[in-house]
Amino acid sequence: MSYFAFLAEHGTTLLLGTVTTVKVLVCSIILYVIISMIFGLMRLSKNPIVQGTATVYIEFFRGTSLLVQLFWAYYVLPFFGISLEAFTAGVAALGLNFGAYGAEIVRGGILAVPKGQWEAAHALNFSPAKRIKRIIIPQIFPIILPPAANLTVELLKATALVALVTVVDLTFEAKQINSITWLSAQCFGTALLIYYFMARFALVPFLRWLEVLAAKKVGRGKA
Amino acid sequence: MGFKWDFAYEILPQMLLATLNTIIAAGVGYAIALVVGLFFLLGQRTPYKIINVINREIVEFIRSTPLLIQLFFVYFVLPQFGIKLSAWLCGMITIGLHFGTYLSEVYRGALEGVSKTQWEACRALNFSTVYTYRRIVLPQAFPIAIPGMGNYLVGIFKDTPLLSTIGVAELFHAATAVGGYNYRYLEPYTMVGVIFLILSVPAAMWVRKLERRVNVAQGKIKQ
Repeated sequence: MSYFAFLAEHGTTLLLGTVTTVKVLVCSIILYVIISMIFGLMRLSKNPIVQGTATVYIEFFRGTSLLVQLFWAYYVLPFFGISLEAFTAGVAALGLNFGAYGAEIVRGGILAVPKGQWEAAHALNFSPAKRIKRIIIPQIFPIILPPAANLTVELLKATALVALVTVVDLTFEAKQINSITWLSAQCFGTALLIYYFMARFALVPFLRWLEVLAAKKVGRGKA
Repeated sequence: MGFKWDFAYEILPQMLLATLNTIIAAGVGYAIALVVGLFFLLGQRTPYKIINVINREIVEFIRSTPLLIQLFFVYFVLPQFGIKLSAWLCGMITIGLHFGTYLSEVYRGALEGVSKTQWEACRALNFSTVYTYRRIVLPQAFPIAIPGMGNYLVGIFKDTPLLSTIGVAELFHAATAVGGYNYRYLEPYTMVGVIFLILSVPAAMWVRKLERRVNVAQGKIKQ
C-alpha cells in the first residue's frame, strides 16, 4: 500500500487522535500552571508546615516515574473507591507530575527578582497586593518563561503516555492501526511527524511569542 | 480493601530482582547515551555547515517527539527491514539515542562554560588543539557538565518503565505481571513507586549537592 493510500484510509483516525492529544495537552497545561504557582509559593512560605508539605509533594512527584503515577491513578485508586475516567486520570497525573517540576521553576523565578525591588516597593509605600501585582509578577515572567517553555514541550511528549491508560489519543490510535494493518513504519512514522510538527511549528513558536511579550512588558525586549 | 502486607512481602523478592533489571537498563542506556551525545556534539562542532544543519535537525526531531513512540518505531519498524533485535536491545538503543541528544546539549553548555580567554591563552602559548582540549579545556569543562549528566542519569532511570511497553522485563513490567496474575494491582504498583522513590530521591539530592559545589567553584554563588 502506498503512503497516500495509507493516509487516505487512516488519516482521519489519526487526526481524531491528535484532537484528543491537544485536549489532554491543554487541560494538563492549565492544571500544571496552577499547581506550580501554588506550590512554588508554598515552598517560599516561612511556615514550616506549609513549606514542608510543598517539599514532600515536589520530591514525591519528581522522585517517582510518571508512568507509575499514571497507572496508580487509573488502576489503583479504584481500590480506594475513587474511580476516575481515563482522561481525568491522565490529566491529573500529568498535571500533578509537571506541577512539581514547575513549582521549582516558579520558586527559582521569585528568588531571582532582586531584593532591591521588594525594598523599593516597600519604601514607596505600595500595599503588599500592589507590590506583588505591579512590581514582582511582571519581572518573574521573563525569568520563568524560558524554562517553563522547555517543560511544556516535555509535557507535550509526555501526553503520549496517557495512551497506556486507554485514553484514545494519537499514540493510542497509532498503536491500534499498527495492530490491525501491521504497517508499523507508516503509522508510527506519521505519529512521530505529527508530534514533531505540533511541537516545532505550533507550541514552540507560541511559547517564544509569550517570552517576547513578557520581556517587552518590563522593557527588556526589542521594541 | 486495604494494603495487604503479607501479599506485598510475598512478592518482594520478585520485585527486587526486577529492580536489578531496571538498574541495569538505566545503566546501559546511560552509557550508550553518553557516547551518542559525544557524536552529536561532534556533528555540532565540525566546521562543515551542512553537517551542522543536518545534525541540528536530527537532534530537534528526536527531542521533540515522545520516547514512547520512538520505542514503538524502533521495535516494530526495524524487523520490517530485516533487522531483528531483542526488546532489550531496541530499548537500550532508543534510550541511548533519545537522551544522547540531551547530553550533547549538556556537553555543549559545559564547553561554552569554559572562558574564551582560556582558548586565547592556549593559542598565545602555541599549544596544539588536541593539547588545549586535553590539558586545558576538558578538565575545566568536565566539572561543569557533571550536574547535567547526573540529572539525565536520574531522568533515564525514571523513564525505564516505558520499556515495559515493548516487553522488557524490568520493574514495572514485573509489577504488571504480578498484578495481572493475582488480580491485585494496589501492592505491586505501590511498591514500584516506593522503590523508585528510595532510589531516585537520594540520587537527585546528590546531584543537587554536586551542582551547588560546581556553582561555588565557578564563583556563581557564595559558599
